[in-house]
Amino acid sequence: MSSTPETSIIPKIKMNAILNVLAKGYHIDKRPLLSYRQIDVIKNISPNADSSVLVKLGYTQVLAGVKIEVGQPFPDNPEEGVLIVNAEYIPAASPTFEPGPPDENAIELARVIDRSIRESKAVALDKLVLVPGRKVWVVWLDIYILDHDGNLIDASMIASIIALAKARIPYYEIDQVTGNVKIDRSKSAGLLPLNKLVSSVTIYKIGDVLVVDPTAEEEAIASASLTIAISEDGNIVGMQKRGLGTFTEKEIEQALEISLSRGKEIIETIKKFLS
Amino acid sequence: MKGSKPQLIAEGKRIDGRGPADLRQIRMEVGVLKNADGSAIVEIGNTKVLAAVYGPREVVPRHEEQVDRAIIRCRYRMLSFSTMGERKSPAPSRREIELSKVIREALEPAIISSQFPRTAIDIFVEVLNADGGTRTAGITAASLALADAGIPMIDLVAAVAVGKVDGVIVLDLNEIEDMYGEADMPVAAMPSMGKITMIQLNGVLTPEEFRYALRLALDGINKIYSLQKETLKKKFVEVEE
Repeated sequence: MSSTPETSIIPKIKMNAILNVLAKGYHIDKRPLLSYRQIDVIKNISPNADSSVLVKLGYTQVLAGVKIEVGQPFPDNPEEGVLIVNAEYIPAASPTFEPGPPDENAIELARVIDRSIRESKAVALDKLVLVPGRKVWVVWLDIYILDHDGNLIDASMIASIIALAKARIPYYEIDQVTGNVKIDRSKSAGLLPLNKLVSSVTIYKIGDVLVVDPTAEEEAIASASLTIAISEDGNIVGMQKRGLGTFTEKEIEQALEISLSRGKEIIETIKKFLS
Repeated sequence: MKGSKPQLIAEGKRIDGRGPADLRQIRMEVGVLKNADGSAIVEIGNTKVLAAVYGPREVVPRHEEQVDRAIIRCRYRMLSFSTMGERKSPAPSRREIELSKVIREALEPAIISSQFPRTAIDIFVEVLNADGGTRTAGITAASLALADAGIPMIDLVAAVAVGKVDGVIVLDLNEIEDMYGEADMPVAAMPSMGKITMIQLNGVLTPEEFRYALRLALDGINKIYSLQKETLKKKFVEVEE
C-alpha cells in the first residue's frame, strides 16, 4: 500500500531560511533558480558491464549500467528487442533509504525513465532482432542511486541515456540450423543502435517558486514536482507529476517552457560527453 | 507491433463512434458498500471501478502515525479477471505499485489531513473491469468515496485521460485507443481550485499538442466534476425524504 511519506525534521526547521534564499532568486548553493549544478560523467566504472556510467550532479551520484543478453521477444512484439529498466535506491545513498526490494519511489523512477526512452523510440529496438519471433537482444538497464542530494530522476536519465549510447553489443554467432545464438563478450558487434537522445527536466515547486535541480534539503520542502522528458527533436516524450502538492495550468505552462530550454541544454551536454 | 493496428479514426469518428472531444457514458453511485465508511462505483464506458474509504482510524502499525496529520494510504488493484485477454496475476505488479502512489498523490492535496493527527485514512481502489482510464476512474471514484465517508476536503478531485490516436487529440481513451494510440495523458484536478493534482504522459506530443490536450482534459474534468456533485447531492436528498 502506498503511504504518505514521513517528512524529515531538519528541512522543516530550515524551511524559512531556504524559502528566503529562494525568494531572492537563488538556490542555497548560490546558483540561479533555473540552472543545474555541474554535471560530471565518468565512463566504464564497471568494466564487466556492456556499458556503465557514473553521473555526478552536484553531490548526487547515480550509476547506470547495461547488460545485453540473448532472450525471447515479448509475444505481442515479436519483431522488436526488449528493454528492461530497473532502479534501486541503495542504503548507502542516504540515511532514509532502507535495504530491501525497490520501493514505490524506485519503481516510479524506473518506470518514468522506461516510458520516456520507450515512447521516444530512443533505442532502435526494431534493430535488435536475431531470429525473428524467437531470439532478440534483451537490454537490461539498471540504475543505482549511490548518493542522494536531490533531483534523482534527471541525474538517472542522463546516466541512462549515456550508458545506452555507449553500450556495446557482444560479438555473436547464429547457428543457422538450430537457431541458437552464441555470444562472446570479449569482442563486440558494435554499439547499441540509438535513434535519438532524451533528457528529462524536473521542475520542483517550493513555496510559490519553480526551480530545477534542487539539493536534497530543498527537495525535502518542495510540495510537488513535474518531470518532463524532452527528446532531441523537441517533442515531449514523457511526464510525471509527483508529490503532495498541486500545479496550476499556468505553472504547467511555465514548467513546459523551462523544460524545453533546459532539456535542450542537457542534451547538448550529453552530446559533449559522448564525443 | 502488437498485432495489426486497427484504424482508430474514420471520417472524424472514433472506433466506438465518439467524436474526438466526447466522453464515454458515465454512471456514478455512492454508498455501495455497507462496511466501508465511504464507497463509490464509477463506470465510464466499459471501465468499472470500485473505491472504498476507511477512516480516519487508528494507525496500525503505530510507528507509521504522524503527529501533525492523518496519513493517507492507498492501494490500487486490478481484479485478476478484469483485463482484456489473459488473466492478470493477482500478485501486485510494478504498474499497480506506481499507480497506488500516483492515485494517493492525486487525492492528498484535496484532503484536509491536518484535522485528524495520528490517524490513517485508507483508500482502496479495485478495478472490476478494465477498458482504459482505470486510474482516472479510480481517482474520480475515490474522491466520491472520501466525500461519502464525510472526510473534509477542499474540493473534489475529478480525472480523465486525453491522448493522441491516428494523429488526433482525443478525450477519454478506451483500451484499444490506449494500446494503439501515440500518446496517453491522464490528468486529475480540483476544478473549483483550478489546481492540477496529477498529470502523466505516456507517449509523444509536440508542445502545441500538449497545450491543447491539457485544455481538453480540463474541460472533460469539469463535466465529470458536475456529475460527481450531482451524485453526492442525490444521495443526501434521498436521506432527507
